[in-house]
Amino acid sequence: MRFDASDEQRQLGVTTRRFLESTVPVSGLRLLGEKNPAGFDRDWWRRAADLGWASLLVPETLGGSGAPGAGLASLADLAIVAEEYGRGVAPGPLLPASVAAWTLAQAEQSENVGAALDAIGAGEAVWAWVRGEGGDPWPQSPPSVRAVPAGNALSLTGTAGAVESGADADRLLVAVCLGDDVAHLAVPAELAGLERRRVSSLDLVRRHADLHFDGAVVPRTAVVIGVDRGRALLERQGHIANVVQCAEMVGAASRSFAMTLAYATERYSFGRPLASYQELKHRFADMKLWLEASEAAVEAAVAAVAADAPEAAARVSTAKLYVGRAAADVVQDCIQIHGGIGVTWEHDLHLYLRRVTTGRQLMGTPAEHTEHLASLLGL
Amino acid sequence: MEQHTEPFRRRLRQWLPDHMPREDGPPRTGSARDPARHRELQRRLFDGGFAGLTYPAAYGGQGLTAEFQEVFNQEAAGYELPTLCNVTLGILGPTIVDFGTEEQKLRHIPAILRGDEMWVQLLSEPAGGSDLAGCITRAVRDGDVWVLNGSKIWSTNAHISDFALCLARSNWSLPKHRGLTMFIVALHQPGLDIEPITQANGDAEFCQEFITDLAIGAADTLGAENAGWEVVSRLLYHERNLAGAASPYTYGLVAEGTPVAPTAPELAEVARAAGTAHNNRVRALVAEAHALDAIQEQLVERIGTGIALGTLQATSGSLLRLFEITKVLFCSNASVDIARSEVVVWPEGTAGSLGGQFLMRQSAALAGGSIEMQRNIIAERVLGLPREHAPDVGVPFDSVPHNAPSTRR
Ligand SMILES: Cc1cc2nc3c(=O)[nH]c(=O)nc-3n(C[C@H](O)[C@H](O)[C@H](O)COP(=O)(O)OP(=O)(O)OC[C@H]3O[C@@H](n4cnc5c(N)ncnc54)[C@H](O)[C@@H]3O)c2cc1C
Repeated sequence: MRFDASDEQRQLGVTTRRFLESTVPVSGLRLLGEKNPAGFDRDWWRRAADLGWASLLVPETLGGSGAPGAGLASLADLAIVAEEYGRGVAPGPLLPASVAAWTLAQAEQSENVGAALDAIGAGEAVWAWVRGEGGDPWPQSPPSVRAVPAGNALSLTGTAGAVESGADADRLLVAVCLGDDVAHLAVPAELAGLERRRVSSLDLVRRHADLHFDGAVVPRTAVVIGVDRGRALLERQGHIANVVQCAEMVGAASRSFAMTLAYATERYSFGRPLASYQELKHRFADMKLWLEASEAAVEAAVAAVAADAPEAAARVSTAKLYVGRAAADVVQDCIQIHGGIGVTWEHDLHLYLRRVTTGRQLMGTPAEHTEHLASLLGL
Repeated sequence: MEQHTEPFRRRLRQWLPDHMPREDGPPRTGSARDPARHRELQRRLFDGGFAGLTYPAAYGGQGLTAEFQEVFNQEAAGYELPTLCNVTLGILGPTIVDFGTEEQKLRHIPAILRGDEMWVQLLSEPAGGSDLAGCITRAVRDGDVWVLNGSKIWSTNAHISDFALCLARSNWSLPKHRGLTMFIVALHQPGLDIEPITQANGDAEFCQEFITDLAIGAADTLGAENAGWEVVSRLLYHERNLAGAASPYTYGLVAEGTPVAPTAPELAEVARAAGTAHNNRVRALVAEAHALDAIQEQLVERIGTGIALGTLQATSGSLLRLFEITKVLFCSNASVDIARSEVVVWPEGTAGSLGGQFLMRQSAALAGGSIEMQRNIIAERVLGLPREHAPDVGVPFDSVPHNAPSTRR
């Protein structure tokens, strides 16, 4: 969070943290993941949505909890929630809900769209965002699903990998290639010609599926964003998603850091606290710097994306390439400083490592974003 | 006081082309800078009302906020600027404003802003630089004068400067931090020999001073007798800001000495020149350097806001210093990865700067407080971790073991 965050924003952070700590404490995540294949409980998600999380990018005029206007003024608030999400390794489809809700808010408004927005905002409907991993490198890769006109309908083919909540969603927001363009469709998750195959996920409570479309037919009315705006919107979705993900990684790494600082201060070796050894102090100093620089990188990305500034793409890739590496490095170093206990199932650190690694690898690795930044810079 | 930057920006845009020369190549740095020219450039800014933008108006400054300096730096990009005055303007001047008597400020600040006075810091000694409070240059009071003996070293540009702030021990029976006094010293006078030191790359930018019975008037202490540590702490705060690219007093980001690594845009040039620009690993290195620049910009703002709001202690400036050091080390390593044989062989008569810079790489991690000291400060004073055991705390300094004073080489 910015040092000059408003009182409301601080309050948002506190409320989010309290709710997560009391309803989905980190200590309960292993069991939650084991019991629940979706990784989260629907009732719980409805209660979470009551706090406004799922519709932060939807303006109040459309029934959301975000700032007025079509802009992304509330992206900073979403980043605050996401940071707390990371701090608590929280379950629940915050990211796909946010992207889907924002996209629907950009669509031409109708009764159907309005109802869909209400259902996301209330946590009634779970949406997955089908964009596709595993093919060409992010962030420029085209959607991995292709739509072909078939009379008054569209026929969908292709495989979208690693879709968050893909097996558990009620509705799907699908980015498709349509001719040489891109469009976005809102479709039911149960569809003839669509097979949703659950995959194993590193994160204990964030689950993914591969979605295989094999000639699934949807009406043309499923198009919520047409080819006129499809490509530009795809890029902005990617920006929003990466910002949320980076903020979450910062939260998870910060929490690991705080735990480790406390541990090193309390644990003794050779008659003095671990934290009194200069080698470890210097590593804490480096980690502190990486965390502050990561926060700064997220701040810059949030500001640029919210303002739809020309440098938004560069700021997002800058954040992802830096935060993706720094967050994972911090948590790994925290594990090292914990010693043997750090690599046990019993200790919580692996939960944080699972979360930051998931963020690091999806929607463009640091290496892919570095490559993208190089192109943006004209190198 | 001017409130809005836009009229200022317009005024500056009109003034600059008629009064300041355009940079005809990449900004000149290090020993390629001619002191007389930089004094003259500073004078032009002063005459135009653009010197000391954030200095108090009472002493010849413009009394503006840091925002105006930023606007200046944006607009003045591409013009030749008196960057050789950065240490004076960014470190010494502000310390004098903070601690000087009215007389001292009136005497020196306008002269500094006019380009008439260049200042250096005489802090490090042959016996030690990191442990500044362990300074052993001796100051003995004799009526109305102080008499100084000892040696200072690594003082950047002392040979071409006019004045210095010099730290010396005025009381040996007090604990180390409490027996120090800061002196204002005119550099060219009897009792003070200044000898340039040749660096590893062949340049000679810093000096050693031999101080023998140097007499200083009692009115020429900065701050009170034995209150030197307070003054140094503040001075180091200004220095960390300058070296962390966060000084509100200086022109652009050009910090103290010669840069020891190419900047991100320069790395792209190195790649083009070396014919490696299309190599993916090289493109990634250059892109990462740009990313570090972008993150640094926001980090400076973030930490600055935290300090201004009181959420962070002033020592958090060490985070900016540490970021700058790691960025420079990254760029240095990237430069030799990107370039090839030209690091070690180059046409006769040309500069061969990459290899020379690489030889001086570690000075980025030493000057202005070493990287190890920055990490100590962050660990102990930002994160509050236990301090290292030090046998010299709280005991009279004359009972503490320290390095012997150096003899002339
Ligand atoms: C280019 C350049 C310009 C400079 N300009 C100036 C100037 O204008 N004025 C001025 O006064 N000085 C200047 N300096 C001096 C600089 O501040 C010192 O070199 C620096 O503070 C280190 O002091 P030292 O060289 O005596 O090394 P030492 O203090 O002897 O340190 C040697 C090594 O030990 C490490 N070390 C020392 N103590 C500790 C500790 N407690 N924990 C861990 N590691 C430790 C240091 O980090 C360093 O790596 C300049 C130096 C350079 C390279």
